[in-house]
Amino acid sequence: MDVVVQLIDATVRVSVPLLLACLAGLYSERAGIFDIGLEGKMLAGAFAAGTVAALTGSAWIALFAAVGIAVALALVHGFASITNRGNQIVSGVAINFIAAGSTIILGQAWFSQGGRTPSVGGDARFGAIELPGAAALRDVPVLGPIYSEIISGQTLLAYFAFAMVPFTWWVLYRTRFGLRLRAVGENPAAVDTAGISVPWLRYRAVICTGILTGFAGTYLALSQNAGFVKDMTAGRGYIALAALIFAKWKPVPAMWACLLFGFLDAISIRYQGVAFPGIGRVPVQLMQALPYILTVILLAGFIGKAIPPRAGGVPYVKER
Amino acid sequence: MSTPYAKLPAWADYGLIPLINLLVAFLVAGLVVLIVGENPLRAAAILVDGAFGRGQYVAYTLYYATNFIFTGLAVAVAFHGGLFNIGGEGQAYIAGLGVALVALAFDAYLPWWLIFPLAILGAAAVGGLWALIPAYLQAKRGSHIVITTIMFNFIAASAMVYLLVDVLKPAASMGPETRAFAQAAWLPKLNWVIELFGAKIRSAPLNLSFLLALVMAVVVWALIWRTKLGYEIRTFGFSPKAARYAGINETRIIVVTMMISGALAGMMALNPILGSEHRVQLDFVTGAGFVGIAVALMGRSHPLGIVLAAILFGALYQGGAELAFEMPAISRDMIVIIQGLVILFAGALEHMFRPWVQTVFASLAPRTAGLEPAKAEAR
Repeated sequence: MDVVVQLIDATVRVSVPLLLACLAGLYSERAGIFDIGLEGKMLAGAFAAGTVAALTGSAWIALFAAVGIAVALALVHGFASITNRGNQIVSGVAINFIAAGSTIILGQAWFSQGGRTPSVGGDARFGAIELPGAAALRDVPVLGPIYSEIISGQTLLAYFAFAMVPFTWWVLYRTRFGLRLRAVGENPAAVDTAGISVPWLRYRAVICTGILTGFAGTYLALSQNAGFVKDMTAGRGYIALAALIFAKWKPVPAMWACLLFGFLDAISIRYQGVAFPGIGRVPVQLMQALPYILTVILLAGFIGKAIPPRAGGVPYVKER
Repeated sequence: MSTPYAKLPAWADYGLIPLINLLVAFLVAGLVVLIVGENPLRAAAILVDGAFGRGQYVAYTLYYATNFIFTGLAVAVAFHGGLFNIGGEGQAYIAGLGVALVALAFDAYLPWWLIFPLAILGAAAVGGLWALIPAYLQAKRGSHIVITTIMFNFIAASAMVYLLVDVLKPAASMGPETRAFAQAAWLPKLNWVIELFGAKIRSAPLNLSFLLALVMAVVVWALIWRTKLGYEIRTFGFSPKAARYAGINETRIIVVTMMISGALAGMMALNPILGSEHRVQLDFVTGAGFVGIAVALMGRSHPLGIVLAAILFGALYQGGAELAFEMPAISRDMIVIIQGLVILFAGALEHMFRPWVQTVFASLAPRTAGLEPAKAEAR
């Protein structure tokens, strides 16, 4: 029982940045802007959070900085792919490299700790929040550990991430903005005909992406760790992208996909080198590659079919 | 629908605009150097001297350029077919396996001039096969090739770590790498070519793969512009619909193009493995697959442009290493920023300065800018 609870707890923890990045990608891709640059925006956000937290000692100011940087990069992506009708993949790749390089260079120049930012603690981090009654309920069988270990004791950003799932669902399917967002990803010409600005709508979508990747970066730097470490996103942006495809660009399945990939990650950390009964020792590298392999199998259409938004990746040219 | 951009003379299209894009990328990189608190002009001077100042440096520059020529050609061939092969990194990494198996199997029996062609085949075959799966999935199942090739990069990385740590590593060795190849398998160095010009080279890894890279550049040029297959690839890249009407088999073009692309990326593995380190090490690709994207974009997918762009990036790598000695604040990661900026300005934002250039051209000579109404309509 203890093992299961710990495993689920670890799953939730490693899933949070995936979930935030995945939902971030969802806004952009649903509006027809492919975003390979989730990784870079997350990394830049984490660096900004680590830097500002170290300088000001306030996690909240750090969060604002992270969101600011991530939105700025998102706007670069928007400028390239919406205004200049550039190749969205190329632009995303560029942002990943710019973020990867500049976080190391600036981190080294400002703090001289090999690309790290100084460790922070206390108010400069988003620490665990003990929910009311967690200690009292600990000894209740089954529900007790679930409440006190898994539901309680997460950080504010984790609660925010999971709250964003129903919120995103609501925005997407129950608001005018969401309807238009989905429409512009499927058929921008129709949206344009209705007198709604396609660029402005898409810009708002990439700004949403920027905000959420900023949160994801902050979680990595100030909740999961106590500061920025170089390359700390370690491919999570791409896993989030895989999860988004796995979830067929829908918010609630996105949560399950992120939890699944998080679970694989949690298992591969916990059972490194342990032999499973009947299977034997599974190489840790196989576990690490599993999200990618699963995504490829899904993309190949062997487990359901992932159909991307129809106008995804295509710059919109107004008829003239 | 009219094209939003009028025609420019070819030299402006292929020379001036890429140059402007490149200059802007370097200006922004200069800003980063300024933020770090160093003098960008001095940094540039050190960098140029570090890349070309001595024969030793030139040899290193060309050694790095060799990698980028292969990966740049790989990306470019796919570009011509309208495909974005982001998987050069993984294809090159896994192709190390092909080189390693050939070298490990034959280094005791064969001389290098027999191992080399076999290793080329091994690298090209493994790299090509690694690209085959995403290509097939794109052609037959409609899976987006960008996403699948990214996934295959990660899968290749995991597979190689597993192989190097658990399978190929000799029992006595500490590091995750294969055993060193016997000297018979080593590729001859090309340093003497630079020494002909009077330079002295202590030791540099420049080797025969550089010539192979140049040969492949010519082969790619001939393939794309002088063969039926190349014509079909370009037709498909330009308009898949037109290609279909012309009776070109879509699946065949996607699969063949991607396999050529993967094979070229795979050959990159020859340079560090057979030419320099004489063993397969963890992460020997070190991002060369991704640099290929920047190189192909900058070289406008033309082999000549790619060779020049690869030498530029080789110079950045080598000069950047020297720069890191002089200015510790500017480590080699500066290259990654420059690479990103080049991809951004020469790739995603390639048309940003075009209207501006066109205005200048139009005001100078409306005729050459092709802005007469009749001509503009004809486009």
